[in-house]
Amino acid sequence: MDTVIKGRALVEGEAAGLALWSDKPLSFWGGYDQNTGEIIDRRHPLSGKIGTNRVIAIPHTKGSSTTTAVLLESVRQGKAPAAVITTGVAAFLALASIVADELYGRNFPVVMVNEEDFERIESGQWVSINTGGVVEISPGPQSDSFS
Amino acid sequence: MSILVRMGEIQEAEEMIDISRAHIDSTLFQGDATLEFAERLAGMGAKVVVPTTLNVSGVDEMGWQEWAVPPEYAEKAHRQMLAYQSMGTEPTWTCAPYQVAQKPSFGEQIAWGESNAVCFANSVLGARTIQYPDLLDICAAITGRVPAVGLHLEEHRVGQVLLELVGIPEDLQRDDSFPPVLGHLLGTLASERVPVIDGLSVELSEDQLKALCAGSASAGSVNLFHIIGQTPEANTREEAFAGGEPVESHRVTLEDLAAVREELNSSDGETLEMVVLGSPHFSLAEFRTLAPLLEGKKRNAGVEFLVTSSRAMVALARDNGLLEPLEAFGGRVTVDTCILTTPMLYPETKRLMTNSAKYAYYSPGLLGVEVAFGNMADCVKSAVEGTVTVDRSRWEA
Repeated sequence: MDTVIKGRALVEGEAAGLALWSDKPLSFWGGYDQNTGEIIDRRHPLSGKIGTNRVIAIPHTKGSSTTTAVLLESVRQGKAPAAVITTGVAAFLALASIVADELYGRNFPVVMVNEEDFERIESGQWVSINTGGVVEISPGPQSDSFS
Repeated sequence: MSILVRMGEIQEAEEMIDISRAHIDSTLFQGDATLEFAERLAGMGAKVVVPTTLNVSGVDEMGWQEWAVPPEYAEKAHRQMLAYQSMGTEPTWTCAPYQVAQKPSFGEQIAWGESNAVCFANSVLGARTIQYPDLLDICAAITGRVPAVGLHLEEHRVGQVLLELVGIPEDLQRDDSFPPVLGHLLGTLASERVPVIDGLSVELSEDQLKALCAGSASAGSVNLFHIIGQTPEANTREEAFAGGEPVESHRVTLEDLAAVREELNSSDGETLEMVVLGSPHFSLAEFRTLAPLLEGKKRNAGVEFLVTSSRAMVALARDNGLLEPLEAFGGRVTVDTCILTTPMLYPETKRLMTNSAKYAYYSPGLLGVEVAFGNMADCVKSAVEGTVTVDRSRWEA
């Protein structure tokens, strides 16, 4: 049975992918390799996972101001996440997506959900983002790499 | 302007306000995308309308050939420098603009990027800025207008999380390795909230405050902190919390800090290939502290010794005779950029040592190296001996 969450679309769009969830904030500069999509913050629980085409769920970004530039370059190289879900107003993520749209005509949706709904997402689930901030969660394929 | 308005809508701003100063972090070269963005703006003839300083670039314009920077990378990063320079900005190329250019004044509304600089402007100077992300900072400088949100507004500047330091020895409070460690803890505990530090008995120096900002803005998202009795919006605990109570309180002992310190360093006795100081960029005062530590010594042949700073500060250091001891020691200087923002390190570099929480935080992910942490004297000693050598006596009760 699918779970449906209603969030707020910070950047509108439709996308789907396997979830990468963590309750720890992430700086994309120094935390996400724009050339490979790997999460490289060695102190972060998602370190070593590939974020490309995944739905990344983190409470908010942290650290560097260059998070936007890293995400923009990752869009240019086709290494960006499919979408990002946060609990805060993710201004950096939204900006990266908006500028990517202006420069390359490609972007990724950014959806803000409440903390309770955020906790319902788990790594490895299949997450679809629909317009209007509607997030659909289904179990997804079983795989050890997400446990 | 359309990007700014769209961001204002996302952040639910009620109005736009004027800014009087900007600091541009978009100068960091992250690949073709950031170059295209800069050249598109420059090509449209964009000019800034407020005094605007520039953060570090992707390449040391003067000295990149001495390191492992690929020429193609240097060429593109340099084009990006020229694009931002063409917009009427001040080519400061530093992550510590508050030590090189005129400091913003108390209460001034500004638009700054670079996490440590944002934290310094808000916390130490009492200026008002949110953390502007790359790509938006330059839009703010060109239009002179920003959405009135977050730390631009009085009500968001009130302290939330209290850190009460208990029994921290004064000689440790004066040490250059104390603020990076406290900053790392501050960022971890406060995350994106406003922390308030109480219990310091020593007034921190400007460089210590700089290090505290860099540490807390790397481990967390601290854009503003207050120190009771030291920073301008916290003369008293009551003022820091605007008469209210903290939403969360932590008691921090020497033991707690020593544990955080160990988290930053786990390499005692290991060989190292590099020592690097200067994140945020080294100041004249730091060159002054370093010079006597180097006197009559020479680095181990297997250890590079690097100081990253701004060209303005390096010129001042040279004028003051502070570069000779560094050069005699076998050390080098890189300007305009740093080890995290230009691919300058040789592939042989497996472990580096630093007194910077920011270098310590980001180097493992960005550079794939091991990191050792110590104070400036530890760093010099380790560079001489060729192995990580740390004096922990200040951290023991």
